[in-house]
Parts: sequence; C-alpha cells; structure tokens
Amino acid sequence: MALTATERAVIAALDGGLPLVPRPYAAIGAKAGLSEAEVREVLGRLIETGVIRRLGLVVRHHELGYRANAMVVWDVPDGEVAAVGRLLASYPCVTLCYRRPRRPPVWPYNLFCMVHGQDRAEVTSLVRDIAQDLDLADLPHELLFSRRRFKQTGARYGRAAVKGAA
Amino acid sequence: MAEVSRIDAISGRTVDPLERALVDGWQRDLPLSERPYAEIAGRLGVSEDDVLAALGRLHARGVLSRVGAVVAPNQAGASTLAAMAVPADRLDHVAALVSGYDEVNHNYEREHALNLWFVVAAADAARLRQVLDEIEARTGLPVIDLPLVEAYHIDLGFPVQWR
Repeated sequence: MALTATERAVIAALDGGLPLVPRPYAAIGAKAGLSEAEVREVLGRLIETGVIRRLGLVVRHHELGYRANAMVVWDVPDGEVAAVGRLLASYPCVTLCYRRPRRPPVWPYNLFCMVHGQDRAEVTSLVRDIAQDLDLADLPHELLFSRRRFKQTGARYGRAAVKGAA
Repeated sequence: MAEVSRIDAISGRTVDPLERALVDGWQRDLPLSERPYAEIAGRLGVSEDDVLAALGRLHARGVLSRVGAVVAPNQAGASTLAAMAVPADRLDHVAALVSGYDEVNHNYEREHALNLWFVVAAADAARLRQVLDEIEARTGLPVIDLPLVEAYHIDLGFPVQWR
C-alpha cells in the first residue's frame, strides 16, 4: 500500500518517538509541517489501516530484567509454516514470529521467532516446552542466543519522508 | 503511588507502581487526544506531571526506548534481516561499520557461525540493496539477505512478568 507524502512525513517525524511534553502531537506537527489536528488524524488512520501496529511505550526487554533472548529458527515444511507460525506467535514469551526464505546451503531455516527470558536456562526450557506442546521437537531447529547488542533503536524512515515529499 | 516496590529482576532496579502501570497498560492504544499524557493520568488517578516524570525516569534508565509507533514491516519503506559470518578478530570492526548506517536499527552478535545479525530499514528497495551491497564491498564478506515473507505475530506489546 502506498503511503501519502503526509503519512510519510508523520512517520518520519515520529522517528525519535513522541516528546514527553503535554502536547506531543503539536510538537510532531511542528517537525512535519502539519497541524496538531492533522497529525492526530493521520495517526488514527495509520493505526486503523495497520501501517502502525501500535502506538505507545516501546520498552527494552533487557532493561526490564529479561537478560536472555534467543532467535529460535525452524525448518518447517512449506505447507505447514503458516499454521506453525501462528501457534508459536500465540505464546506470550514469543515477541516476533516471521517466515523468511531459506538460503541453502548456508541457511536451511524458514521460520524465525524471538523468545525472551530472565536467563539462558529459562529461554532454553521455554523453547523445549513449546516444542513439546506443539509437537515440533523433531523439526530441525536452533537457538541463536544473543551475545552482544551493538545497536538497538527504532527504525528510521527519515529518508523515506524526504523522498515521499519530493 | 509513593510506595516503591522492587522487581526481583536481575537488574535489581526499582520500578514504582506508576511506572509499572504505564509499562503494563500503555504499550498500545496511546490516546490520540490533544493531551494524551493527561488522559492517561486521568485513568490512573495521578497528574499529567506525574506521568511525564515517570516516563522520563523510565527513559533515563533505558527501560523505555521511546513512546512511539511500531510500524509494520515494509509499510513505510523496505526492510530486511541480514546475517554475516564474521571472523572473531574482525567482529568489533565489522559490527561498528554496520551500526554506522542510519538504516540499521538492530545489530546483535549471536551464537552461530552466522554471528552478526542486523535489521536494515530503508526508504525503498533500491536504497536497501545499496546498503547491503556496500556492507559486502566494504567488508569483503557475504551478507545473507532474509526478507520477511509473512508475519504471524500481532504486536500488542510485551507482557512483563514482574517478579
């Protein structure tokens, strides 16, 4: 779905988040060259159409005590991947669940999910329980624990806005 | 709201009841009224200043990345997950090179032969390709491009299990 230049401008102005001031939408409007009312209306539309999945607090798991996270990857037969993906996504500890392409021979997995836990042992046992629950234990899968976080910010679409307006 | 409770997160940090209510209740559906923080404050029975101060504290401690929008992948541009197998003695350098791109928003070392994983979100598919090609050229290492095919998770925010 193509976004309008106005919609792109609002998304770009939101790059750093809403400022912590009494009228944040007015501040975003000032950045985007729009009125406060326009920003509120555009945001409502973007949420309604699913372009914005949610508007609210974006928290960092690590700083909340969830010290371990693993990207858990599975090689699921193509015909079952959507059903398995939806089931995996229903667990509260699973924060993302995506189908992506395999890249044989280096990368055989087509289903990716993120699992967060207090420590490595908790994540490992959560994944084992899920795999048993869903009868996935026999499917090839791996846990890729994160070792270091080099960068974590919101996506920056600033350039998109410049293009959209051009 | 003055009473301070402790989460037994390994961090040992304290989270007061207002901070907790904000994290639990407001990861989505931020009001679109002129004064959203005042509206939240009204629902929680505190003042707008209390809410702004609590959000400021969460932000200062790094718990709050931002109050903002989570945009669905590939709606406002083009994005992908990329992976590289980087020799251990070059990892710091290559990770810094990758993080240097504004388009890269997450960049992690993971325990695998493919040990560097990052998300690239660009204005359009052409710029996305250009960033991946540049990283390959500058490092001399292949970049595995793993774009989203289908999303199964509806992001409602993260349910924190306060301990």
